[in-house]
Formats: sequence, structure tokens, C-alpha cells
Amino acid sequence: MFSTRDLLQPETFEQAYETLISRRSNTVLGGCAFLRLGRKKMGTAIDLSKLGLNFIREADHRVEIGAMTTLRDIETSPLLASSFSGLLPRAVRNIVGVQFRNGATVGGSVFSRSGFSDLLTALLVLDCEVTLFHGGTMPLAEFACGAYEKDILTKISLGLDARAAAYQSFRNTTSDFSVLNVAVSCLGGRWLVAVGARPQRARVAVNASEFLSQEGGAETNASAAALLAGAELSFGTNMRATAEFRRALCQVLVKRAVTEVKQCS
Amino acid sequence: MLINAVVNGKKVSWEVAKDEMLADTLRNHGLLSVRTGCDTGNCGICTVWVEGKPVLSCSTLSFRVDGKSVTTLEGVSKEAAKFAEILTAEGAEQCGFCSPGLIMNVLALARELKTCGDEEINHYLAGNLCRCTGYMGQLRAVKKYLGVDGR
Amino acid sequence: MRSVGKAAKKIDGMALATGKPSYTEDMVPANALVVKILRSPHAFAKIRSVDTSRAERVEGVECILTYRDVPRVRFTLAGQSYPEPSPYDRLILDPVVRYVGDEVAVVAARDDKAAAEALRKIRVEYEIYPPILDFEQAQNGGAIHPEENLSCNFPIGLQAEKNVASSQTIEAGDFSGELAACAAVVEETYYTQAQAHAMMETYRAFSYLDSQGRLVVVTSTQIPFHVRRQLARALQLPAGKIRVIKPRIGGGFGGKQTGAVEVFAALVTLKTGKPARIVYDRRETFSCTTSRHAMRLKVRMGADTEGYIRALEIVTLSDTGAYGEHAPTVLGCVGEYTLPLYNKTRALRFSGRAVYTNKTPAGALRGYGATQGTFAVESTLNKLAEKMNLDPTEMRLKNIIKEGETYLTGKGVPLGSSSLGRCIEKGKELIGWQEKFPRREAASNKVRGVGMAVAMQGSGIANIDTASAELRLNDDGNITLLLGSTDMGTGSDTILAQMAAEVLRISPEKIIVHAADTDVSPYDPGSYASSTTYVTGNAVLRAAEDLKQKIIARGAAFLEIDPEEAEYDGETVKEAAGKDPATAALEGSGEKGITLAKIAEQSVLGIGRHQLTGQATFGGEVSPPPFVAGFAEVEVDKETGKVELVDYVAVVDCGTVINPNLARIQAEGGIAQGIGMALYEDVKYSEKGKMQTDTFMQYKIPGREDVGRVRIAFEESYEPTGPFGAKSIGEVVINTPPPAIAQAVYNAVGVRVTDLPITAEKVFMGMREIVHK
Ligand SMILES: Cc1cc2nc3c(=O)[nH]c(=O)nc-3n(C[C@H](O)[C@H](O)[C@H](O)COP(=O)(O)OP(=O)(O)OC[C@H]3O[C@@H](n4cnc5c(N)ncnc54)[C@H](O)[C@@H]3O)c2cc1C
Ligand code: FES
Ligand code: FES
Repeated sequence: MFSTRDLLQPETFEQAYETLISRRSNTVLGGCAFLRLGRKKMGTAIDLSKLGLNFIREADHRVEIGAMTTLRDIETSPLLASSFSGLLPRAVRNIVGVQFRNGATVGGSVFSRSGFSDLLTALLVLDCEVTLFHGGTMPLAEFACGAYEKDILTKISLGLDARAAAYQSFRNTTSDFSVLNVAVSCLGGRWLVAVGARPQRARVAVNASEFLSQEGGAETNASAAALLAGAELSFGTNMRATAEFRRALCQVLVKRAVTEVKQCS
Repeated sequence: MLINAVVNGKKVSWEVAKDEMLADTLRNHGLLSVRTGCDTGNCGICTVWVEGKPVLSCSTLSFRVDGKSVTTLEGVSKEAAKFAEILTAEGAEQCGFCSPGLIMNVLALARELKTCGDEEINHYLAGNLCRCTGYMGQLRAVKKYLGVDGR
Repeated sequence: MRSVGKAAKKIDGMALATGKPSYTEDMVPANALVVKILRSPHAFAKIRSVDTSRAERVEGVECILTYRDVPRVRFTLAGQSYPEPSPYDRLILDPVVRYVGDEVAVVAARDDKAAAEALRKIRVEYEIYPPILDFEQAQNGGAIHPEENLSCNFPIGLQAEKNVASSQTIEAGDFSGELAACAAVVEETYYTQAQAHAMMETYRAFSYLDSQGRLVVVTSTQIPFHVRRQLARALQLPAGKIRVIKPRIGGGFGGKQTGAVEVFAALVTLKTGKPARIVYDRRETFSCTTSRHAMRLKVRMGADTEGYIRALEIVTLSDTGAYGEHAPTVLGCVGEYTLPLYNKTRALRFSGRAVYTNKTPAGALRGYGATQGTFAVESTLNKLAEKMNLDPTEMRLKNIIKEGETYLTGKGVPLGSSSLGRCIEKGKELIGWQEKFPRREAASNKVRGVGMAVAMQGSGIANIDTASAELRLNDDGNITLLLGSTDMGTGSDTILAQMAAEVLRISPEKIIVHAADTDVSPYDPGSYASSTTYVTGNAVLRAAEDLKQKIIARGAAFLEIDPEEAEYDGETVKEAAGKDPATAALEGSGEKGITLAKIAEQSVLGIGRHQLTGQATFGGEVSPPPFVAGFAEVEVDKETGKVELVDYVAVVDCGTVINPNLARIQAEGGIAQGIGMALYEDVKYSEKGKMQTDTFMQYKIPGREDVGRVRIAFEESYEPTGPFGAKSIGEVVINTPPPAIAQAVYNAVGVRVTDLPITAEKVFMGMREIVHK
């Protein structure tokens, strides 16, 4: 468990941000599911609850999701269920349990950019932007490979397009971390394939995505794209699986996801 | 710091530490149905409701329930007893350590789920681990309680 | 029967299910000191120096204890009857630490924060030794227990200099000769993992001094009397000065058959005179208590042309970790609970060694060696059946021991009861063996396979463990049943009450169960070794019979008739009707009787002057085996190796089923734990010897979406020595899933996984190898 000397519940982002950068040990609290695993000694814990960041709203052909929105909110949102073939609710549904997802937040999940993240992989195949209070708005892909810099993630925003998408994850037990996860989407012939839990951070498989965009998602192409993804990405070994198995899984899951997208688009 | 909350229908003002978790606060105030079984958020034994939603009290900072309602098993004892009667008639409680968390989530499920097939029930309750029963008896009891035959 | 065989609710069921304060932590006095432990970061080291001065200055710290503050007498934490077979190889705190997590210092403080801060401020210097982590290399490394005062109560084959905690050999017949004569022979090597109990209530205890200055320890334990004896030795205190109380237990599975936290709380209370409490977190529970013994098992099995198994050999290497709790007995049970199964053998050989390593100690876990042995022997039998082109169910039916038969190493004692043959037949029918064996294509990339295994266990430890029970007729006509056994959720308090009620012909509600408190309870070794229904049950049966006779005698005395002429129906004692109605009518006696309530009341008053009690002690001369036939149907994803358990059928022979609901849930829970061992529960250590799977985040017990469908059926037999014909059920149910599932996977995709758990990756790699061949 972490401990903290002070607690701040700021009413403005400026105040939150200034406090955050004023001392190294000052920390933003998300749902704390992850933070509590560590033993961090915080100077000031910064709670964003009073900044109105719990929302999923539609604006200007985009969906905005506030940083304090929970994973369960994503799962049960009718808007998200009917967008992108229900990609996001499907991506988060196996994360531990309902009670857990009622606590863990979008901000904490996206900001920490964990390798195993289901949400990150899914978001990578959407038109997703991340808004940081200090760093401004940027595409998720850029944020995802960036370094950790102290900032406050205020929201993410998704282009509400007619994209078809599919999500596949392989887990040793149903509510365990992914051994590997894959998201695939297709919009007007543009394909995107992302692979996470390699176990490194999720990445877009550029070659596979390009190939599909040029050749289409027919069955033989699905297999070829799967091979490309397996070849272009790096995989590692951890407690849950070896690199070799992950590479093999990548090929299977990409193929399955592409086939699924093809069927629903 | 002082928090004001409605716990099991009663207004309370409690002094809590800034980094105190709700599970500890509730236990310290005599709500002993609230127990913990892990340090990582995996077991669901500590499940209580905040604003009617099931959450892990082991991972919820106490100050965050300021101005909110909190419900533990003690606060829904009538409904809990109804389910517990079915559970015990099924012989599906063993050591009982996981029961309070399970019941809180079953009652939440009953309110929230629209379709209650075996899969939906098992998925909703996936965050409630039990090492004794093997889950089958719990499933039978939940189905009886909901008045569904599952599939 | 009125009570036995009924699906009575558990007597504590509602209280437990509705979260009423019932467990150890619910009773801790508010002023108890918080006890925490500083643990070794090294797998093997000697403490050069400990500096506690800075820690002692932390406000709220009460005391900090190191190896200098404890008696230098070695003991074992294994919960076994005296003289324990486990080596005395522990000190409360030892200057040598033998695994990552071994105890270095004990801190007691006013609250958690102060205790945690003190832990951070203790400075320890270590002399680090190279650890032995690979149990297959343990016999070649330096001694983990070189200490001179290590001892055993009797020879267990200990060779400390070679890191052998125990070794044993059992042999009958000419193994090599018989094997050579066999028409078909198979051999295989298996590995089973150090499964964790993962009970939901972690280890916890608190202690205080009572008004007589005696040490009271309240603990979540399966073995109150053994804990008392351990504490007496470890703390060098007369046992009479110690009282151990067990509240409700939040799961045990054998974990709480080994002492864990008690001694630390007790030590603090003795040093400070103050109440102290200790609660292990999940990490400590995983990595600093005990687990199942990981094993390597080499099996050779041969059969003649007709499919009769004639020769069987098991060679076992068992990893007992840093300390030897249960090392010799778990090892012994590998053979003890597998060799009797197939009694057409002409030669048997069992040999085994348990070795020390610098890892988390092993101990007792449901199945206790039988689980490991069953995986190896049953898998080998499945392989042999395939080689001989025999249906594995038929091969078993041919070879299993039957009622009244003996087996080679069984000293000529005939088997009292078995319905294993019927269990196999019933299981085949339920799973649909004829249609499904061995495999069916399920979808384009999915295939289904079925597999099966059988297993046995014991019911208590013959000629060693004895249990006592007492019944007391209270002034209000209710009856108190005093027990020393420990219901850990199994419902044993309830079924023992059912048994007593049956004998006494009263409703179970009239029985008040009390368990367990060493000051009050009659001696019982505790609930382990599948003993409670059988051993304690037999004691209860006899104690109840004793009380019933006394009730009849006392009733007759009040009625002034001969006890022989008295009749008892659970409510009244009356003159036996019907011997001669004419005489009865003449005498005008008619309904001459006295109620049980009246007898109770009169017995404690002036006229009776003698409260009625029933007492009995029972120790079995045999340990009748329960049996299970387990059948698994799996669906394997041919592209990923993912195994989905579709259906599991277990047909159980536990003798008479005393309470069908509680027996079913025992079986379902045991099967699920076996499924966890078969498919999911993996134990990993870092290179330096730190257990990495020490949380539920990393050690995955099955959740409810992982167990599939489990179906239980009973095929009752009647065990002549059992209470109402009953045998045990608690342990045997965990044994079949690993071999049955392994065979189902093999039948589905041709991959034989011999090291547990059967992960998707292993299956996948196996399939890939087949393709490349
Ligand atoms: C047992 C367990 C199992 C899990 N399994 C999965 C899984 O299977 N799949 C999966 O995808 N995830 C999984 N997770 C991760 C989980 O879903 C969350 O992503 C994670 O807990 C972080 O969310 P949180 O809201 O709890 O963040 P916190 O723990 O509160 O914070 C995490 C980090 O993000 C920072 N932070 C939080 N919010 C913000 C913000 N708005 N701006 C800037 N920084 C912020 C914090 O300072 C901290 O460094 C698991 C976590 C646990 C503990
Ligand atoms: S205690 Fe395990 S999830 Fe809260
Ligand atoms: S009943 Fe013991 S953990 Fe569920």
C-alpha cells in the first residue's frame, strides 16, 4: 500500500498540475487499483474527483471519455456498445471483475500505458486522441510510445466513425492478464492491427495494417497479414508465456480478428 | 480528515486517514462482514456498494465516499438472509469467508442484469473467488434466488 | 434413519453466510499489539548482525525479537500426533535463514504503521550462501540443515548432510523378474507443482494471558491440540500453561494442519505480557507458510497379455523446501494411496526421497501425496491401456481391488468396502464414454477428447490418530456435543451432530456443538487425513451410544423398572410395551414413562445427583479408502493449445453419504481445486529464489468461468467399520482431475503433458512437435 502525507482535491486543473510538478513524490490518484500495489510514499496525493472528469459524451462526431470514467462505465455505455462493433466494452470485460472495473479508471489505464493493457490495444485501432492538461491533445499512437512525463490526462476522444472492429485476447484464466491481445479495425478499406501484452506495450502492426489496406481482408489475406504481424513485432517472455508462444498466438489472434472484422463490415 | 457519508442508511461523520482504505474504515467501525482476502484486488471478498454499485472496499480510498452512500452486508441483512437461506439449503456455503462479498455482488447482479443465463451470472460474479465450493453450488443458489433456470 | 442421510443445513451456515463475526480476526481485543515479521531477502544466508536500535526508537514499538530471544530447541510445525514423524528442524527464529521469506525478526507495535516503520529500520547484515533451488540437484549441494541439534523422533531416513529429509522403500515380489515377464511395459516421468492452498482467510492468530497467567492462543487452525504441543516445545512452557481456541476457520485444505503464525503472537505475549495479534497478508500466506510438495515421479508399469497389471514401480523425489514439515508422511502416501488400487500385481516397488531446498517449505495439502501419486500412476495406466489397445475403463475394471480382497503390500487385511467398479460404470454413462472416447471433432479448429482416472485415499491414520467425543445431557434436555475436531467449512460439526442425533433419536437441533478449545474439548488430533467423519464420527457414535444407555438406565431407575424392560424413543423412556398387555392392563400401568427433559432435569437435581454424560475414544485399526472415478471432457483449440474443460463427472464412493448436500459440495470444491492443479496453478521462482507467484494476481486459482461444468454422483458402499457405514470424502475428490484431464487432452490432440499444470503453451508446443515429426 502507498502512503501519503497530504491530500489535495483541486477545483482547477492549474492547481492540480502545479501541485503535481512541484514535488517528485506528488502523485495523481486514479482508481488506485494499481497504485495500491506499490509502496509509494507520496507527498501530496492529488484526487481529481472534483474536476468533473467522469463522463462519456458525444460532441461533434466524437465521443469524449473523461479520465475518471471507470472501466465499468465503458462496458455498460450504450453509445460504446453500438460504436466500433462494441470493441471497447469487449476489450475491458475480462479485467478482473465487475467490482474492480467499477473502480479502475480510464485515466489510470491509459496514462500508465501498461504492456498488458487491454484498453490501450483496443484504443490504438480507433481514431483516438489523448488530452493532457499540460501536453495538450495528441494522437494516442504518439502518446503511447512517448516517455512518462508528469502530466494530467483529462480525457480521451474518439472519432465516431463507422469503423468495424474486433477484439481478441488470450488468457490463461478468464480474468487473468492477457497473454496476448489483438485489436483490428477497418474503415473504408483502411485497416489497423494492434497487438498488446507482447508483453511490452501495445503497438500498431504497420506492415500488417498496410498489407490489409492494400489487399483487403479476404481469408488468405488474413493469414498473410497475421504472419506479417508476427514477424514485424517483437515479443518477450515473462511468467505467463514465452516469446515464441506469443508470436504464434499473435498469428492466430490477428487472423481471427481480421476474419471477424471482415464478417461484420 | 473528517468524512460525512451515509453508511447503511445512517449518517455518519468519521475521522479517516488520507490514505486509509474503506475496508479498514468499515471494519474499524464494527462492520465485521467486511473482510479482505488479498492485497491485489483479485478476490472480491471485500465487496461493498458505494452509491449502490459494487466496489472493492480494499481498493477504495475512504475519503472518496465523502458525501456518498455506502452499503455493507449489515445494511441489506434482510435481502442477504433471503439469499443466504437458499445458499445454505443448497449446502453451497463452506467456510463462508467469501460469502459477504459474494452476496453483495449477487444482490447487485439481481438489480443490474437483464438476462440471467449461466454465462451472464458467472461473468458478473467472476471477480468473486471462492476456494471451497467449486462454484457450482453457488450458481445453483443464485439461479434459485433469481427464479431462473439459467438456460 | 431420521438424521443420517438427510441434507441438513449446516448449523453455522446462516451465521457464516450472512457475515456474522465468527472468525479469529473478529475477536481480537482492541488493545492487542500488532505483530509483524522481518523476512529474509536471501534464499540462504547466515545473519551476521542485526541492529534493532533505530527500530526500537520508533514511537509505538513495544519489542523487537531476534534469534537471541528464543529458546534453542528445535521443533516441527507439522500437525501430527506425537511422536511426530517430521524432523525437528526449526527454531522460532534462527541465525540461519533458508529461503526468501524466512523469519529474521519479530516486531510488536501499537499499530500497523509503527510496526511497518520499525521493520524498515532494522539493519541486518548477512553472509550469503549459494542457494539450492533445483530439487533434482539438492543431494549434490551443501547442507541446508547442518545444525547439530536437528533431530527425529524415530528413523525417517534423514541424511542432513545430503539434504535428504526422509527416504523410504517398500518392496514386494521380484520386480525386475515380473516386469521382464510382462507383455507390455510403459514408463514415464512426471512432475507435479507446489500447489498453494489459497484458502480465503489467510493465517492469523492472537494471544493473551488469562487471569491465571496462562497463555491463551486463539487461532484459525485445523490442529488445536498439536498447536498446543508445538508451542509448549518451541517456547519451553508446560503444555498445561497453554490454551488454544479455534473459532470458525475461513478454509484450511491442510494448510492449517501446519502451525504458522501462532508461535510469533505467543512469543510476543510472553515477552510483553500483552495481547498480540498477527495476520499474514496474501504474500506471506503464499510464500512464507507451506504448499504441496512438488515432486518428480518415475513410474514403470507392466501388464500381461490379458491386460492384468503385474508389476508397478514408483520412484519419487519430493521437494520439501527449507523445512521438513510432513516430508516423510506425504512421501509415504504417494505409494500408500496408489499401490492398493490394482491388486493383480505380483511385484511392487516404491522408493522415495524428500529433499531440502532453499524454497518455501512444503507441508500438508488436501490429497497429501496421493494426489501426486495418482497423477503419475493413473497417467501411466492410461498410457499402458493405449499401448495394449484396451479401453482404459475396461482395463481398470479388470484390475481394481474389490471388496474382501487384499493387495500385495497390505499385510493381508481385506478391503472392507468398495463400489469403485460401479463408480466407473456410472461415470462412463454420465459422461457418454461410448460415444465420446477417445475424440470428436467439435468445430473447424476445435477438437474434444475424454479421459478418466480413478483414485483412493484413506479415512484417518490407522493405529495412530485417535479422537474422543463427549456428550452431556444438560438440565434443559438439550445435549452438548464436545469435540476437538475442527470444522473448516466442511460441515463436520453438522454431520457429527447428525450422527449423535441419529443414535439418540432426537432432532439435531437439540444438539449444541462445541469445538474446539483445548481447555474444554476432548482430545482430537484435529481435522486432517480425512479423519473427521470416520475417526471422530466413530467416537461420536460410541459416545452417543454410551449416553443413550445411561439415559435409559437413569429413566428406568426413575420408573423403578429394570433397564432391560425400558424402551427409549428419543422423547421418553418407558416400560417396554407388548411383553404382556394383559398384565400391564391388570397392573393399570399402561403408559408408564418419563420424558428425556424430565430425566435431564432430575439428573442434575437432588434426586438424580449425577449429570449424564457419554464419552468415547476411537482410533481406527484400518483406514478404509474412499474411491472416486473421474471423467473429463475437454475441448482443445488446435491453433492455440487452449484447453477448455467442458464437463467433469466424478462418481464417489464415500460409503454411506451422511449429508448429501455437504458431501456434494465437498466433492465439487475438491474437483475444482484439482482442476486448478491440472490446468492453471503454476508456481514460479526468480533466479535468486524468490517466489514470484505470491499473489492472486500471479497465482491463478480457477475462477467461476474456468471450471466448466462439474457433476457429482454417489455410488454408496457400506463400510463395516465406519459410522453408519461412512468413509471419508474430503481429500479423495482432489485426486482425479490432473490425470483425467491430461488424458483427455492427449486423446484430443495427441499431446501428453507430464508436468503440471497443463498450460496452453505446453499443449501448443506439443502439437507443433507432432507436426514437425
Ligand atoms: C489485479 C489487477 C489485474 C488487472 N488486470 C488487467 C487486465 O487484465 N487488463 C488490463 O487492461 N488492465 C488490468 N489491470 C489494470 C487496470 O485495469 C487499471 O488499468 C489500472 O489499475 C490503473 O487504473 P487505476 O484507475 O486504478 O489507476 P491508478 O492505480 O490510480 O493509477 C495508475 C497510474 O496512473 C496515474 N494516473 C491515474 N490517473 C491519471 C490521470 N488522470 N492523469 C495522469 N496520471 C494518472 C497514477 O498516478 C498512477 O501512476 C489490472 C490491475 C490489477 C491491479
Ligand atoms: S480484498 Fe481481495 S479484492 Fe479486496
Ligand atoms: S466458502 Fe470458503 S472461500 Fe468460498
